[in-house]
Amino acid sequence: MTGLLTVPSRVTGATRRLHVGLSLAWLFIGLLVLAALVPDLLAPQPPDAVDPAIALSTPSWDHVFGTDELGRDVYSRIVHGARFSLGIGLGSTAIALALGVLLGVVSATAGRVADSVITWFTNVFLAFPGLLLALLVVAILGPGTLNVIIAIGLSSVPGFTRLTRGQALVVRDSGYVRAAITLGQRKPAIYLRHLLPNALPPLLLFATLYLGAAIVAGSALSFLGLGPQAPTPEWGSMLADGQDFLDVVWHITVIPGLVVTLAVISFTVAGRDLRRRFEGRLPDAVR
Amino acid sequence: MPSADQPVVSVRDLTVGFRTARGHVHAVQGVSFDLHPGRCLAIVGESGSGKSVTARTLVGLTGPNAEVEATGLTLDGQDLTRLTDRQWRSVRGRRVGFVLQDALTSLDPVRTIGAEIGEALRNHGLATRATVHGEVVALLEKASVPDPERRAKQYAHQLSGGLRQRALIASAVAARPDVLIADEPTTALDVVVQAQILELLGAEKAEGTALLLISHDLAVVAKLADEIAVMRDGRIVERGSAEAVLRSPSHEYTKKLLAAVPSAHPKGTRLAGPRTGEPVVSTKDVVTGPVVEVDAVSKSFVGPDGVRRTQVKDVSFALQAGRILGLVGESGSGKTTVATMVLGLLEPDTGSVRVLDRPWSGQRESRRRPFRRHIQLVHQDPLDAFDPRYTVERIVGEALAAIGRTGDRRAQVTRWLHRVGLDEQLLDRRPRQLSGGQLQRLAIARALAAEPDVLVCDEPVSSLDVSVQAQILDLLADLRADLGLSLLFISHDLGVVRHLCDDVLVMSDGEVVEAGPVEDVLREPAHEYTKSLVAAIPRIEDAFPEESRVTT
Repeated sequence: MTGLLTVPSRVTGATRRLHVGLSLAWLFIGLLVLAALVPDLLAPQPPDAVDPAIALSTPSWDHVFGTDELGRDVYSRIVHGARFSLGIGLGSTAIALALGVLLGVVSATAGRVADSVITWFTNVFLAFPGLLLALLVVAILGPGTLNVIIAIGLSSVPGFTRLTRGQALVVRDSGYVRAAITLGQRKPAIYLRHLLPNALPPLLLFATLYLGAAIVAGSALSFLGLGPQAPTPEWGSMLADGQDFLDVVWHITVIPGLVVTLAVISFTVAGRDLRRRFEGRLPDAVR
Repeated sequence: MPSADQPVVSVRDLTVGFRTARGHVHAVQGVSFDLHPGRCLAIVGESGSGKSVTARTLVGLTGPNAEVEATGLTLDGQDLTRLTDRQWRSVRGRRVGFVLQDALTSLDPVRTIGAEIGEALRNHGLATRATVHGEVVALLEKASVPDPERRAKQYAHQLSGGLRQRALIASAVAARPDVLIADEPTTALDVVVQAQILELLGAEKAEGTALLLISHDLAVVAKLADEIAVMRDGRIVERGSAEAVLRSPSHEYTKKLLAAVPSAHPKGTRLAGPRTGEPVVSTKDVVTGPVVEVDAVSKSFVGPDGVRRTQVKDVSFALQAGRILGLVGESGSGKTTVATMVLGLLEPDTGSVRVLDRPWSGQRESRRRPFRRHIQLVHQDPLDAFDPRYTVERIVGEALAAIGRTGDRRAQVTRWLHRVGLDEQLLDRRPRQLSGGQLQRLAIARALAAEPDVLVCDEPVSSLDVSVQAQILDLLADLRADLGLSLLFISHDLGVVRHLCDDVLVMSDGEVVEAGPVEDVLREPAHEYTKSLVAAIPRIEDAFPEESRVTT
């Protein structure tokens, strides 16, 4: 027996608190998904019903999150806005994951020249803040929901590329890839059969963690007026609309801000939970 | 200092259990022993026998899930079962030194080894800031570390495995403990380095330290041990003076362990009892002549520091059909690089490789690919050899598919599993659920399923227990006889090579220094390096030279 000592898995106070936080995070994600899919179920009031008579009213039983400067229900707008915020997060992460995995695998397997070029560009782009790159892309493509998705997706590619390359290099030099080569299999087949499935799981986990960041980036671009255009109820643009009235009422700014914050925390906590569960036995997770 | 007939450590009826998810596991049951100053007790057993757990008990490092019970567990008369964490710290290092198998993970990667050893001295108040450097250098010098002034300023990763192990021993004995525990101290090392480390431990013993040596290899402990206890499934099954246990073992298990030591047995003897694989007569045509011809091959690499280093220099040899050629050398001697070139996974800078009378090196991959199945690899780390997501059936099935075998995959895989002595119940297991020995058999099964003519084995048994190693060596010998396979067998262990191989090639610093039939080379080694290798083979008979060899 030369194996190291077993680590105790006692349930302590700290881990129990973590479970409460975890459940809340998953619950919140569930609500967001529900809001994105069937917003009318959670908020029967229309998000764009203008009623100047009740403009800027504070939270009450009729309007739990109050109303904005045009008398629209803030709660309703937040629920209906979930579709856009989640959509931007998911869409851009999907783009980043797809392109990043492709470039990373090519970088690790297609020879020294391709590797040098891809790694050089990755390093250069990683030196810029992601939001700056996204702004650049939007400046070229113009504002709009789809363009924001593309912008954030492209600006996140370098991070995914670098992570994929590292994972792919480990698998590429592993004994089983070597064994497959000595069996006379073709490299593309080996990469498809062995390399991709073994390199992918950590990236999928990274993608869940990244969702939160992508949602923030989406809100930030919307806040700048580059995302979904009015009167679309996007969280970032709601924040932007509310800032003019910050000295009159707090709720139109603070509540969307809180929702963004909660969404990011939830995705981060949930992503970490997934990582903790699957790390070390990743291969089993992708049967 | 206690007198020689008074034990420093006394253990009575020690039982260690672990609480696990699957219930209570008893790792050690009713073990008793004493350690005396200037004497060495060796505890020998296979993985999982409880020998390491027993050793850890003496330094209070069995872990929080362990339940340690003993009717007596004393160090110099002090009861160890009642110590607080604080009291344990004053025992560890100061009174009991501990040397682990893997020196790289035991030494702090971000501190120099001088700082590491210095800390042991300072913690126990044995040196001041002013004197510590001199003390450290003196300790390293005593541990036979060459150029101790310079080494003290280096980090663990800058040292070779042997130097690391010496540094670890230096830090373990820094505080002059009465007891030194060495848990598999030489398992990861070359034979030559292993001999040096054992010598170092012997010097500590001669100075009056009580030594507890843990190993799976009876040949390793033969030189040092005064007393041997053989452990199995948490119990001591046999104990006695080293001479008695090695020369006239009474327990079946001890006899089995002794039989597994390759250097103690003449060629052609089976090491692990009756054969485990099913004999199958080959249907292939018999190949004659050389199957692998390596002609003046050289290879150099540019290191991370930008300096080009020659790994393999002008190596030539031929592997004849149906023969086993051993490739011997210490780590870094270029053995694996040669194997990689023979497999066609790496192109030589100069020189050429021919396989089955066909040009092999310098060929386009599309021309080489159809012939790759004829030369297969069994490599060192059995867990790394398999895609972790694959089942045993898919692993071997991949080889069958590669050579275009269709039909009932499960039946064909089962046949190959039986041939290497594996049960078909393992078909749906994944690599992680197999033992080291099973994994190595599986690696052989996969290689064989491609129906190769040549098998390249890169240190296939160096990560295995002696008893499992014996089974794998027997299996390889059987397969050669049954299938007419030719083997290129890479190893740092001359004992293993002498047992299995027909011819041997000794490599040092990338060059072949000696070659020839294995018996000739080992009986009368001509080159200095070969001589040192031969001298370093741990042999049981060397421990008692006046007596005849062990008979089992």
